[in-house]
Formats: sequence, C-alpha cells, structure tokens
Amino acid sequence: MTEAFEPVIVGFTCNWCSYRAADLAGTARIKYPPNIRLIRLMCSGRLDPTFVFKAFSSGADGVMITGCHPGECHYVEQNYKAMRRFILLQRTLAQFGIEPRRVRLVWASAAEGHRLAEEITNMVEEVRQLGPLNWPTAPDGVQVTRSVEAI
Amino acid sequence: MSKERIGVYVCHCGTNIAGVVDVEEVAQWAAGRLKDRGVVIARDYKFMCSSLGQEMIAKDIHELGLTRVVVAACSPHLHEQTFRTACKRGGLNPYLCELVSIREQVSWVHTNKIAATYKAEAVVSGGVERVLQQVPLEPLHVPIHPATLVVGGGIAGIQAALEIADAGYHVYLVEREPSIGGHMAQFDKTFPTLDCAACILTPKMVSIGTHPNVTMLTWSEVERVDGYVGNFTVTVRKKARYVNTELCTGCGICQEKCPKKVVDDIFEAGLGYRKAVYTPFPQAVPKFPVIDRDNCIYYEKGTCRACEKLCPTGAIEFNQKDEILTLQVGNIVLATGYDLFDPRRNPHYGYGRLANVFTSLEFERLSNAAGPTDGKLVLRDGITEPRTVGIIHCVGSRDRYFNNYCSAICCMQSLKFAHLLKEHTGATVYNFYIDMRTPAKAYDEFYQRVLSEGVLFVRGRVAEVTDAARLRGEEGKLIIQVEDTLAGKQRRIPVDMVVLAAGLQPRHDAKDVAKLFGISCSSDGWLTERHPKLDPVATMTEGIFIAGCVQGPKDIPASVAQGAAASARILGRIHQGEIALEPIRASVDADKCSGCRICNDLCPFNAITFHADRMVTEINPALCQGCGTCVAACPAAAISGTMFSNEQILAQIEGLLLLNLNPERAVTYASEAVAA
Ligand SMILES: Cc1cc2nc3c(=O)[nH]c(=O)nc-3n(C[C@H](O)[C@H](O)[C@H](O)COP(=O)(O)OP(=O)(O)OC[C@H]3O[C@@H](n4cnc5c(N)ncnc54)[C@H](O)[C@@H]3O)c2cc1C
Ligand code: SF4
Ligand code: SF4
Ligand code: FES
Repeated sequence: MTEAFEPVIVGFTCNWCSYRAADLAGTARIKYPPNIRLIRLMCSGRLDPTFVFKAFSSGADGVMITGCHPGECHYVEQNYKAMRRFILLQRTLAQFGIEPRRVRLVWASAAEGHRLAEEITNMVEEVRQLGPLNWPTAPDGVQVTRSVEAI
Repeated sequence: MSKERIGVYVCHCGTNIAGVVDVEEVAQWAAGRLKDRGVVIARDYKFMCSSLGQEMIAKDIHELGLTRVVVAACSPHLHEQTFRTACKRGGLNPYLCELVSIREQVSWVHTNKIAATYKAEAVVSGGVERVLQQVPLEPLHVPIHPATLVVGGGIAGIQAALEIADAGYHVYLVEREPSIGGHMAQFDKTFPTLDCAACILTPKMVSIGTHPNVTMLTWSEVERVDGYVGNFTVTVRKKARYVNTELCTGCGICQEKCPKKVVDDIFEAGLGYRKAVYTPFPQAVPKFPVIDRDNCIYYEKGTCRACEKLCPTGAIEFNQKDEILTLQVGNIVLATGYDLFDPRRNPHYGYGRLANVFTSLEFERLSNAAGPTDGKLVLRDGITEPRTVGIIHCVGSRDRYFNNYCSAICCMQSLKFAHLLKEHTGATVYNFYIDMRTPAKAYDEFYQRVLSEGVLFVRGRVAEVTDAARLRGEEGKLIIQVEDTLAGKQRRIPVDMVVLAAGLQPRHDAKDVAKLFGISCSSDGWLTERHPKLDPVATMTEGIFIAGCVQGPKDIPASVAQGAAASARILGRIHQGEIALEPIRASVDADKCSGCRICNDLCPFNAITFHADRMVTEINPALCQGCGTCVAACPAAAISGTMFSNEQILAQIEGLLLLNLNPERAVTYASEAVAA
C-alpha cells in the first residue's frame, strides 16, 4: 500500500520570495516530485489556518507553508506572524489527531529555487512515510465550512 | 452548474510545455470534466502570448460571451499583464482573468509525462475555481510626488540625478562619503579609450553641485523609509561635518595645517594619507571638508583646534550636531555601487604579507597623476620602478571558494594596466588569465592593441605568489607559480611587482540597504531587478529602481546607461502624475466588525485605525499594501482582501484537489528521481 502511495501536498507561497523561488526552480530546470500543488498568496502572513484545514479536508496529505526569510518579508515582519500561527497550528493539528509533521514551514528567498525544490522533495518523502491522511471528507465526515467561525 | 461562462486556454509554449505536458489532453479534460463548473470552451495553442493567441481570447470573449478566462501557461510574473490586457481588449474586466503556471511549476520541474499532465489538470481546475470567485476590479490610482531620491553618488547615481534634474524635477542625492564621485573618481584613465577619468567625471560632478534642481546631501545616510510609490517619506541623517558650509570657502588651509595624518583607506585605497580634517581629493564636490571625529586630536585630547584658529572665515564648528532631515519623494534610485574583493581572503597570493603585491585599486592610485606617487608606477618603497610585472586576473571571481560570477571589468582593467605599465616604465608585463573576456564595443580592439605592444599572456590560474626563491634569478623577486595551460607545463615566473585584479563584490552592507528599501538581493548580494532581461532597472517594489554596480558587476558605460534608464522610467511616471497599482487591498465590513481590535496591531504600515466612538476598525486603502495578514487574523471574518479573498483561496484549494477526490482518475505514478 505505502509503496504505491503518492501523497498530495498543497503548498502556500508568498508572492515576493517563495513563489519566485518556485519560478526560479523552473527557469533553472531543477527537478522535484510532482506531488505538490502551489497556491500564491501575497505574503505568508495571509495564511489563515482555515486554509490548512480546508486542504486536509479536501484530500491533501500534507501542507507546506512558505515565505521570505525572517527579516526579509516584503511587508516588513508579517512572516513572524505566520511563524506564530504555524506553531499554534501544529498544536491544534495534534489535537485533531493529525501528525504535526504533515505541515511544514519553509523560508525560501527568491534566489533559493534549489532550497525550495529540496524541501519539497524531502517533504514528499516524509509524508509518503507517514501514509495517507484519509481525513473523512464531506458529506459523511467532518466538514470545514468556508467561514472561519467553524474552527 | 455555474452561471459563469469560462474559457480555458492551454499554451504549448513551443515545446517548453508541450514537450512534457499533454496539452491537448489537458484542454479536452477541462472542456469535459469542468463543463459543469462553467467551462464553455477549452483550447490549446502554440504560443498563447503571441498576438494571435491574444486575439483568440478577445474573439472568444466577444463571440462566446465569456465572463471568465483561465490561461494555463507561464508564471504570472511574466505574462499576467499580457493576458489581462487581452481580456480588456475583448471587453472583459482584466481582473477576471487568471493565469496559472504549468511551465515553471510543471513542465520545467517534472519529467514524468503522465504525472505532469495530471498535475497540470489539477492546476487548471484550481484556476477555474479561483476565477469563479473573482470579482471585477479597477486599478488604484496613486499620485506621484515629483521629487526623487538618488542614493549613492557614483557615476550611476550622478547620471540618474542629472537626467531628472535637467528634465526640470527636483532630486535629492544622498552620498555617504564627504564627496560624490564614487570609484570612478579614483581612476586615472578609463578603458577602452583611455580618457582621463577626472576630465569626463569632474564636469558632471560640478553640474550636480551647482544644479538648481539638485539638493546634494553628502556625508549623509538614509535611516528610514516609510510610505509607498508616489509618496515615500525618507529620513536622512546628515552627519555633522564640524564645518559650517555657509562660511567655508574651500580654501584648504585647515587641511594643510592639521597636524594629524591618517592613512586613507577609502579614496587612496590605503596607499596615501589624508588629514583628520579633509576633502578626499582636490576636485571633491562639495568642496567643504569634514572633520573625522574618530581621528581628530581635539576630540581625543581636548586640545589642538589648529584648524579653528587658522580658518580665515571661522567656519570650523566643533559643536555641530548630526541633523535629521525628512524628505518627501515619489521614487527612489539606489546606486550604491560595489566593494572591491579583499584579496587577503586568498592567502596564496600574499596580499598584505608580500609588500609588492598590489590590488587593482592601489594600482589605480599609483597611476593617477594626482595620487600618492604623482602617477609614478613604483614599488612599495616609493622609488624603484619595476622591471617585470605580473597581473593576475579573476582574483576572487570565477572561483568556487569565493565568488562564482565573473566580475566583468577585470580583464579590461588588467589590459589597461598592462598598457600603462608599458607606456610609463617599459617593463615586461605578464597577464595571467583564465579566459580573456572583452565583449563590449571597442574592447577586443583594445586587447589587440595591447597584444601588439608586446604584453605577454599566460593562460592559467595562478597557484601561488611567493618570495621563497628556489632557482637562480629568483632571489629578491616575487615568484608566480602557474600552470601554463597552453604550453601544458608548470612555470615559475619571477617578477618585481604583482597586481591583483580583485573582483567586484556587493557592498558589505548591501543586505541592510535592501532591507531598508524593501527589496531583495540575489544569494551573492547584488540587488535584484524586476526582470533580468526586460526590466533591469526596476525592482519588485514599485517606486524603487536600481542602477550601476549595485545590480551586478559592470563597466562605466553600462552604469551610466542604467542611471539614465532608471531616470527615464521615473520621468515617465512624474509626467503622468499618477500610477495605476494592483487593487490588492484589505477592507473592513463595519457591520461584521465586533470591535475586538485583534487586527489593530498587525499592520506594519499603520493602515488600520480603530474608531472608539463607533467601536469599529477601518483600513486606510492608501496605506494598505495588501499583505493580507489582518484578513487572516480577523475572527469575525470582517476583513476581506481583494484578489486574495478567503472565498478565492478556499475555492482554489478545492479545485487543486479535485483530481484526488475523483476515484476513476486516481492514477498513481512513480515518483521522480530528483537531480539535486
Ligand atoms: C580597479 C578598477 C578599475 C576600473 N576601471 C574601469 C575603466 O577603466 N572603465 C570602465 O568603464 N569601468 C572601470 N571600472 C568599473 C567602474 O568602477 C564601475 O563600472 C563604476 O564605478 C560603477 O559606478 P557606480 O556608480 O555603480 O558605483 P560606485 O562607483 O561604487 O559608486 C557608488 C557610490 O555610492 C556611495 N554609497 C555606497 N553605499 C551608500 C549608502 N548606503 N548610502 C549613500 N551612499 C552610498 C559610495 O560612497 C559611492 O560614492 C573599474 C573598476 C575597478 C575596480
Ligand atoms: S479583527 Fe476584525 S472584528 Fe476585530 S477589530 Fe479588526 S476588523 Fe474588527
Ligand atoms: S492587508 Fe491588513 S495588515 Fe496588510 S497592509 Fe493591508 S491593512 Fe495592513
Ligand atoms: S512577503 Fe514573503 S513572507 Fe511576507
């Protein structure tokens, strides 16, 4: 079972650093596994924890949150806020019975296409080891609604 | 069933995408599987960004009544604007177009065709869901303050400042040193024409000093930058000069009489001296000296005051304080230049240990008629002319232990040195090079000329410079140990003088400068341009431009061209009077806001204010930069952010994962080996 298991990971990127790192990985033709699908936000500070729950409840096996290095956020310091939320998020996930390792926080500057690709590769392997999340999805299981009040 | 009518366009990008992703399959899949999501047409096309591709979209909008468009092609950072404009031409609000990347994020990074096609479909589905939640928007119009700040008074900054000032607009030029001029002011001759640097630079410096539209702030540094394009507020520290510039006439008596000699590490590259009160060089602009507080005897011991006593106009003011100035500007040019690679970092070449090993900047000062030796090319003893000289190229450049990049100017600068040595001393000159790089106009001709002057060239990276003589004829010499890769043998070449063509490096504080102005640098430390080919002087931050070596190693003509290019961009904006910005902004729904104030401290731009009378929070759209942090934080979901609303992102997540929830499509694929 685990041999054939291909995890699906949703990655959140910020417009200024990590999305550009992904662009650079592309232009430099650096290879990484196709298991990740990226979403662009303006800043890692935009990451609402609801997005992570939504990804899990819609079938993702892992979530990668990425942004500029501390001190390099385009909006000065919003990635520190993302970092605080990330720590809380990991705790909350543990309480839901989800391995905290299924979320990962990665800083990648616009010049670090290599680093981003490496982190993706590592994370895909790690989640592969963890196996499928199999979070019950709608309509029988938990449903994460689109408003924040639900959590 | 959606009421929207969506068109999906999948680009081949020649074979860039189509070579890995089955683009026809993706289009067919979207037309079928996403039909109930509103997709009415899905096409694939060789080059979507071509005019034919764009026309195709505009035509479909007209003929099929499309209300949303998704283009699956390259990165939005490349062509988002192109496709938005195409939609606008077709009569659709440009923000109802979504560009998803299946090139940078799929075909260029994956090799397994089935997996790549599958992922491309997921990405398209994410784009479709996202665009369904998109609303029509209008760009924001921001007025442009007509004044400009230029930081760095080297040749690039000077050029930028003059262009803008000549066009009739005000410029503040902030320079850290006591005078403008930068590195170019240190040189004697400039390649390839061998013009005297001072002859071509000084007139420009004087124009800056006298221009009615330029406020020159030397001995000053930027401390803080607030605001955004069109309306920056910049805080500048004007360091105390201890000289009243209203009274000083620049006569130079203070410098003459000051008893304290200091090694001049900056302008004289450590080869010469200056006084504690000094102007770096005679043609300095402005002509007013500064007192270097760290070296002044009065500040150290409380006595001396020779300058004060002897100044004929009473201009010396020991009690002067730093001034803090606040400037309002619409745009900013960063032209802070480069530092020279410190060759002490490569101990094999003996710099700092072997007296007659010189850096390139030291050689420039030696050859300069106004330099410490009055232009005599002599050894460290100040009198002996060298009979043989070795010039070593690529010191600290193209070297995996130091900098991987080529410093672009050192081959030409070494040829210039070789020529000057031949001309002034008739010495035997060797150039030790890896490759000769002379690509610009009249550069290779200069190389040919130096070859014909009898300069010797040895191809090979020098292993060591030593004073340990082994063979006859080596005593008292510097011996250059090198593998001559053309002759295929090891050689030891004894010389009197070694010149190290040290590479260019980002300023030691380039990262801090980048941070101060909210832009990024490459991993080497050069400031990053918006696009490496098509937009080399803009940055990712609106209103901040870069010019000269701060962007990467380059020669004077290229630095001047960038200075002029940056100012052309800025002048265009000043003329328009305003700039259109992406309407990415947060706003509060007053009815939903509970007044909890959680968001109040989150905004680094102070865009959020709380109205205690009404117990609601409001966001000032002129200050908001659209990061979305407050949107994510509001527990009442009272804040929404355009272009990145909760609805859009949640829908995109669902769309991206559509294929996983669809059992008949649940293929598995071998994971790809990664070329790390
Ligand atoms: C030895 C040598 C010889 C060369 N010879 C030639 C030649 O013959 N022909 C040629 O075309 N090119 C030559 N070059 C290359 C040339 O030096 C550069 O192309 C040119 O000087 C770049 O100008 P710039 O304005 O970008 O930078 P710089 O000349 O470095 O000017 C930058 C200015 O910004 C100031 N500054 C830095 N940081 C700050 C700050 N934070 N705040 C305020 N001000 C700041 C600096 O004090 C300086 O005045 C040579 C280079 C070297 C090393
Ligand atoms: S966080 Fe939301 S509810 Fe609280 S003050 Fe801000 S806008 Fe109002
Ligand atoms: S989105 Fe919110 S936190 Fe970010 S800049 Fe705008 S108001 Fe400030
Ligand atoms: S912009 Fe990248 S983390 Fe804030």
